[in-house]
Amino acid sequence: MASIYADAKYQDVSEEVKQKLFDEVKADMRWETTLYGCYECGICVASCPSARFYQFSPRVYAQVMAREDIHTFYELLNDSVWDCSQCFSCTRCPRQNNPGGIITIMREVAVNNGMQSAKTALQAYSRIIYKVMSTGTQVAPDMLQPDFFPDWGPDVVKVSENLNNWRRAIPPETMHTTELAWDVSEQTQLELYLIWKLSGNLDQIEILDEGIFMILSEVMEELLEEHGYDLDEIDVVV
Amino acid sequence: MSSLPILNSPPKAKDRVFDRKGHIPTEYFKDLLFDLEAKGELIVHRIADDNFIEVDTKYGRKKKIPIQHTWHHKSCGQCGHIPGYSTSIFWLHRQLGYEYYDPKDQTSCTAWNYYASSASNSAAQAAIAIRNFAQAYEDGYFPLIHCGTSYGHYKETRNEILHHQKLRDQVRRILDKLGKPLVFPEEIVHYSEWIHVMRDQIKAKQKVDFSKLTVTVHPACHYHKLVVEDAIYDRDLYDGQRTAVVSSLVKSVGANLADYSTWHDCCGFGFRHILVSRDFSRSFATIRKIERMKEEADPDVLITHDTGCVTTLDKSQFATQAHDRKVGIPVLSDAQFAALAMGAHPYKVCQLHWHGVDNKPLMEKMGVDHKKAWAEFEVQVERIKSGEIEFMSWEDAE
Repeated sequence: MASIYADAKYQDVSEEVKQKLFDEVKADMRWETTLYGCYECGICVASCPSARFYQFSPRVYAQVMAREDIHTFYELLNDSVWDCSQCFSCTRCPRQNNPGGIITIMREVAVNNGMQSAKTALQAYSRIIYKVMSTGTQVAPDMLQPDFFPDWGPDVVKVSENLNNWRRAIPPETMHTTELAWDVSEQTQLELYLIWKLSGNLDQIEILDEGIFMILSEVMEELLEEHGYDLDEIDVVV
Repeated sequence: MSSLPILNSPPKAKDRVFDRKGHIPTEYFKDLLFDLEAKGELIVHRIADDNFIEVDTKYGRKKKIPIQHTWHHKSCGQCGHIPGYSTSIFWLHRQLGYEYYDPKDQTSCTAWNYYASSASNSAAQAAIAIRNFAQAYEDGYFPLIHCGTSYGHYKETRNEILHHQKLRDQVRRILDKLGKPLVFPEEIVHYSEWIHVMRDQIKAKQKVDFSKLTVTVHPACHYHKLVVEDAIYDRDLYDGQRTAVVSSLVKSVGANLADYSTWHDCCGFGFRHILVSRDFSRSFATIRKIERMKEEADPDVLITHDTGCVTTLDKSQFATQAHDRKVGIPVLSDAQFAALAMGAHPYKVCQLHWHGVDNKPLMEKMGVDHKKAWAEFEVQVERIKSGEIEFMSWEDAE
């Protein structure tokens, strides 16, 4: 059996490798509530924003996964899986499938296995991962810089030029921050970092981007030690 | 893939079985939640009997919306890039006389990152959700969630926690290390649901006439497409065929609610795309949303109820002018729209200077003197610059 794509790029990859990754997707506890059947009606494709601008189809995901077509699965995992918008418009499915949910799991498998598709798709994204994992807020006011958002117009320039004063001219006292979206207490930031560590999530980051992992570990573990935590006591519990 | 794929005939597996193994999505989750509490597995954080308004959801379940004494679970994108959004939510509580708590012991739900990168796992995501819930419980306030994605993700987390013993055990081990209890609120409540139940009180305090305004509404995907049965529906709005939140407010304050054909479409946010692949977000937002609205309804303003939607629909419009796209619709949250109706300051409270599309024509149509308002805001900024005040206070803003 071959991929449905006659021009499949990964025909030389062994069946064993493809099967292992496919089995990892199926082993996820969420798997059993993502796929129930498929009328091939195309409602998911009609609802899908990514299908309008990419060579991407949620229906292909439902069909390929239901047929356990590991060859086409591997093609998708190495390419269009990163085109999905994760809006879950595809849950309009009359069979109550969740192709977006299948893709969430597939992406996690791609990251866990350090696949090149994940590294390429997330290349420019690492600074965001660092921000959310170390501070507890995903985006911050100081990211509103013209070099990061050149297409957002002159207002971004004005915001970046006036950032400190404009942030202080916002009434809620938690929002006078520039490096965080709101003022997250240090203890809370540490608790978040402990969750990343205890859940094994940092191992995943190390696979994805070793540089970010090293900076993150260094900064946060110094903070943990300052607060009296014994690092030897903090092992992965999941 | 850049070119169309060449397809072989799809193989038909002989033993292809579509066997429904999961739970149906319309289950009554509270039975499971209270059952787990009875078994001592978790604590259910309840809404006090005298502190809620009941509403109908998509499949008829009654949902409790807390009135006050709420723990405000803030949004990264709102606080970081659209600060007038969160400020307006707080301002509405203050004006309507309802007590709330704005915590510093809250983290992001981190779901924007998760949907963008999948660089996490179910145990971490559930532990982050429940750490926030436990904190709200210990602080003594019921969580009110500002972000549509947090709201959607927490509903997904609820389903996972209810159905998977292994996950509950994993999360409990993590929480034990943090010294926190495993707590889940009896309802996951989005702030736009609070605005929905407050719409008559907002109307009662309305100071600005909105009857000349034409408004389109974008329902946020993670509000009504993720775990759909929690979303509020009302027979009086679109015959109960789409969620009532936001549209109910627009009608309540007397603006003209205008329909358009792509109301169900996403905004184009994409989580990963809005940060590192914005050509997609920009194209979708402009071509499928803004231009369709402009052509079919020509609204004065577009109102929505989530972080990513305001960001994408607003910020995407600037660059597309280079391609002569028919853009130029201001985008606000329902919270800002309600606050403006009640006479909130457009810059001190609604912080409209953080938005991209020119909103001055909208203010003129509302009868708001934006030049005077900007001068008043600049007075506050000068006071900060000169060191007279460190921050603008609520009293300065009100």
